[in-house]
Amino acid sequence: MQFRLEKRTQPSRMMVVIAPIAAVALTMLLGAAIFYLLGFNGAGAVREIFLTPLTNSYKWQDLAVKGTPLIIIGVGLAISYRANVWNIGAEGQYIVGALAGTGIALLTQNMSGPWILPLMLLGGVAGGAGYAAIPAFLRVRWGVNEILTTLMLAYVSVQLLFYLVFGPWKSPTSMGQPQTVMFSADQSLPYLIPGTIVQLGTPIALVVALVAWFLMSRSVFGYQVKVVGSAPQAARHGGFSASGTIWLALLVSGGLAGLAGILEAAGPVGRLVPQFPANYGFTAIIVAFLGRLHPLGVVLAAIVLAISFVGGEVAQTTIGLPSAAVGIFQAMMLFLLLAGDILVRYRLVRVTPRLLVEARI
Amino acid sequence: MADSAPRLSLRGITKRFPGVLANDDISFDVKPGEIHALLGENGAGKSTLVKMIYGIMHPDAGEMLWNGERVQIANPKAARRLGIGMVFQHFSLFEALTVLENIALGMDANIPQRELERRVRAVMAQYGLELEPHRTVSTLSVGERQRIEIVRALLLNPTLLIMDEPTSVLTPQEVEQLFVVLRQLAKKGCSILYISHKLQEIKALCDTATILRGGKLVDTCVPKIETSRSMAEKMIGGSLKTIKKPAMRDFGEERFIVNRLSMPALGHFDIALRDISFSVRAGEIFGIAGVAGNGQTALLLALSGEEPNAASDAISLGGEAIGALNAKARRLKGLASVPEERNGHAAVPDFTLSDNSVLTGRDRLGLAVSGLIRPRAARKYTADVIEAFAVKTSGAEAMAASLSGGNLQKYIMGREILQKPAVLVVSQPTWGVDAGAAAAIHQAIVDLAASGSAIIVISQDLDELLSLCDTLAVINEGRLSKPMKVSGADVEAIGLLMGGIHGEHAHKEELHHAVPA
Amino acid sequence: MSLDFIIAVLVTVISAATPLLLASTGELVVEKSGVLNLGVEGMMLTGAVIAAAVTLTTGSHLLALCCAALGGCAVALIFAVLTITLSASQVATGLALTIFGTGFSAMFGRPYTGQAVPLLYSPFPAELAGHPVWRLVFGHSSLAYFSVLMIVAVWWFLSRTRAGLVVRAVGENDLSAHSIGYSVAGVRYLAVSFGGLMAGIAGACYPLMLIPLWSERMTAGQGWIALSLVVFASWRPARLLGGAYLFGLLMAIQAYTKAGDSVFKAFPTEFITALPYLAAIVALVLISLRQRGGAAPACLGKPFIASG
Repeated sequence: MQFRLEKRTQPSRMMVVIAPIAAVALTMLLGAAIFYLLGFNGAGAVREIFLTPLTNSYKWQDLAVKGTPLIIIGVGLAISYRANVWNIGAEGQYIVGALAGTGIALLTQNMSGPWILPLMLLGGVAGGAGYAAIPAFLRVRWGVNEILTTLMLAYVSVQLLFYLVFGPWKSPTSMGQPQTVMFSADQSLPYLIPGTIVQLGTPIALVVALVAWFLMSRSVFGYQVKVVGSAPQAARHGGFSASGTIWLALLVSGGLAGLAGILEAAGPVGRLVPQFPANYGFTAIIVAFLGRLHPLGVVLAAIVLAISFVGGEVAQTTIGLPSAAVGIFQAMMLFLLLAGDILVRYRLVRVTPRLLVEARI
Repeated sequence: MADSAPRLSLRGITKRFPGVLANDDISFDVKPGEIHALLGENGAGKSTLVKMIYGIMHPDAGEMLWNGERVQIANPKAARRLGIGMVFQHFSLFEALTVLENIALGMDANIPQRELERRVRAVMAQYGLELEPHRTVSTLSVGERQRIEIVRALLLNPTLLIMDEPTSVLTPQEVEQLFVVLRQLAKKGCSILYISHKLQEIKALCDTATILRGGKLVDTCVPKIETSRSMAEKMIGGSLKTIKKPAMRDFGEERFIVNRLSMPALGHFDIALRDISFSVRAGEIFGIAGVAGNGQTALLLALSGEEPNAASDAISLGGEAIGALNAKARRLKGLASVPEERNGHAAVPDFTLSDNSVLTGRDRLGLAVSGLIRPRAARKYTADVIEAFAVKTSGAEAMAASLSGGNLQKYIMGREILQKPAVLVVSQPTWGVDAGAAAAIHQAIVDLAASGSAIIVISQDLDELLSLCDTLAVINEGRLSKPMKVSGADVEAIGLLMGGIHGEHAHKEELHHAVPA
Repeated sequence: MSLDFIIAVLVTVISAATPLLLASTGELVVEKSGVLNLGVEGMMLTGAVIAAAVTLTTGSHLLALCCAALGGCAVALIFAVLTITLSASQVATGLALTIFGTGFSAMFGRPYTGQAVPLLYSPFPAELAGHPVWRLVFGHSSLAYFSVLMIVAVWWFLSRTRAGLVVRAVGENDLSAHSIGYSVAGVRYLAVSFGGLMAGIAGACYPLMLIPLWSERMTAGQGWIALSLVVFASWRPARLLGGAYLFGLLMAIQAYTKAGDSVFKAFPTEFITALPYLAAIVALVLISLRQRGGAAPACLGKPFIASG
């Protein structure tokens, strides 16, 4: 039996939804098999990574905490990727956003008032957007590929963070620990429900996703992003500026990554430490793709990835699965999703076997 | 035995693509030394058929006989080994490589460069084809590029040469030169399968013609004893429609004036525009003829505003300088445009038609208000276009990619025309479109002009321009000739302008060389 | 500055440049065929961990290098299946490959973390490298010689052989290559596999010649610098050689500064660590100033599906 790919006249809407679900399901199956072959408890690994965080209500708060930055960054990246602008350095914008917001926190150390936190959040957005403005400028002005520059800048941002927390921003009371001072109450996110660890960041993330969904589906801004990404020449024909779109895509995705950064610093972490970069910026790339570059899809995908993070921690303690295993699961999910993607645009048809022999001479 | 057998014989060849039957039970023979035309409209299945003969595609059913023996042609290499050569319509050349490298890629044996160069020069001398083997392809004209393909095919001493629409990119003089080469080849016993939809050429060149329509073989005839009209009717499958055009028309004021427009080349392989001037009056259809790649693309971008020109007064519309405005601003002033490439330029393939209407109609038609799109208004307008232009589609929510070329083009033309533009610039309005759609599009252009719009048609199809336009100019190497009235225009002179020859003296001289007695 | 010191610096430059050169040589061929594989970092990490593990278990460097190369090639084939056969987005798949390689190497390398790996030294007898100047000729790890050999071989292959011409043709115009009768997918599979082999060996350089152990993410983003190098070199092998040694110099400066032995010690170490990344950005800007995209293979990054 032989199969052939045949282009669909219309992309299949059903497959758009089915492909990511199938990717997650297949990841569990294949993952279990692979980890079994590697000598681990494969079924246990899948259970602990993907199911325990859902069945154990105590873990739900963790999901919200981990999902928050993934949603915010993922939404920004989804917009950027829609425009065919490949910002893969969200990790860097996340860090610089946190740095900018922390800078404001350090300046307002001895002050109080409800204006401080919003100012920090604004600083975070500005920091992330500002850091993303560098690749935007280089791309628009000189045509420098943003894939490489955004990523290089992510590596640079880690060094910037180290420099600040080991040097000028090191807390005088930290007894040599490289870390900034704790943020004050006015500088920290309030808790949503007393007695839980869920903070203001989570509703902000959901609002960001909803606003982005509305803008992408109804506004001229969303139209511009989509048309530039899908058919740049047609966009020019319609009077949309390509460079303007590059700027928008990078500023929006950078700004959101920066917002996620300061929400993380002023929320769960409470100060800046060298361990602050937690790979959210890179994981959000998977989130954006798994969510089909759709803001609401991103929310669901962020939850799936948050589950794998939380579950990964569970599996470490319960069955001794190394933390890196989660990365393998996540990459597999993305591989399978990308493989399944072809079924959106193509269908598999059976062809009758036909003898293909070289011509006789 | 082998001598009496046809060189190539097709028996019941069938090929199906999703949604269309591209070739339906095609059978015919090509004799040794015969120039055999394969005639049909765009989309009739000619290209698919020859791609199967050359091994690029494979038939779903049917068989091929080569000199009387059954063969299955797995790939182009196998085809070449049999003695089949092919010159493609859209050349299979590599811009960044040299002529010689391009030719080497078409050889199946690994021939040392020096030996190859010697053989290339020998073939060129034999057939009077001029080429510099060490030039990079990107620096060559379209005619020269075709010569590379021909040399590449001839080096393999083919006994069947397939030419896929070889003249669509050539000037009338270059066409004559090509025919000389082809006749020479046929005399030596090489069969030629000549694909075209140009009836005059087929009458002049071919011994036999096989006519395809909608994937089916409708007739095999001898072109020399047929009239152009009879072949055309077989090809189209009905009687020809003529454009209804008011015989004598009065034009209004000078609506659109281009004054010394220059623009540097946009990219590596592009042409700069040099000092282009012309004016179009209200109600006038102004044609721009020329061989592909002489600056047509750049001209359309410059006029539409996709590449805003620095000199503001180089372009003016109704007395207002618009040269520095971008596409969006020009559209608001009443200038609409239709680029030649439908997929990805004039329309977004994976957007719905309704979303595609937003692309050019959002400001003029109020399909977007204060930053938000009005989907209902967009759907309504799209439905109007579909109705007015008889676009065959499932509706406003169909993806642009799901429409056939002709229907998509009707939609695009309709989308612009229903906006009642003061000026419409359109490039290749009927390129790759079936005759029915082409007639509808031509009629729509004439009607728009009658309603008082100024229209500029850029096309490589000289026949189209001669039947459609009031005034005509020729673009060559980024320069535009003096406009001339279409009634009483001299086709020979236009041909020479297309080939880059200006002035009376050169005219006669070149003519002498081009058509050997 | 003494001669000894200068030569010591030069030797460091060459070893630091070796993995970059190997990885970017592989990627050059991949990109010439029209494929953009952003997964270099992931393939390098895969090669690095396999090289460390095999050396620690068998003691054979040659076996370690072969396994590292095959490991890099194996993960490259995942990329090839997705992007060439299934025409998935090359950018997304390349990123996934890097994430996968990072996770796989961390997981697979856990038992070996921190164990001392015996280094791969010069293939020449030690006496030959006795004098400092001779050390510059004979005193490098075998991998350094191999990397130079490979770039010359790739230059020769691309510019002088018919197969190389076919690779360039496929990257330049896949449709034409297909219609003349070349297998676009076949050529690209081979190119991507070669890229994987080279990236695997490049990764092996870390435990076998630079840092004699395995640690998580030990390639530290050098795969991305290798990718930038290909752009910086305008897809030309000769320039790749120069570019790699330029970056080698930066990393030598880094090494000496961290050892407190350089004129740059006034700068914060974080700045010195960030230097190669900043330099890569500057290099990309410089090359874009000189030419806007003209040198890139025309089909780079575009998926291709043959019809019929």
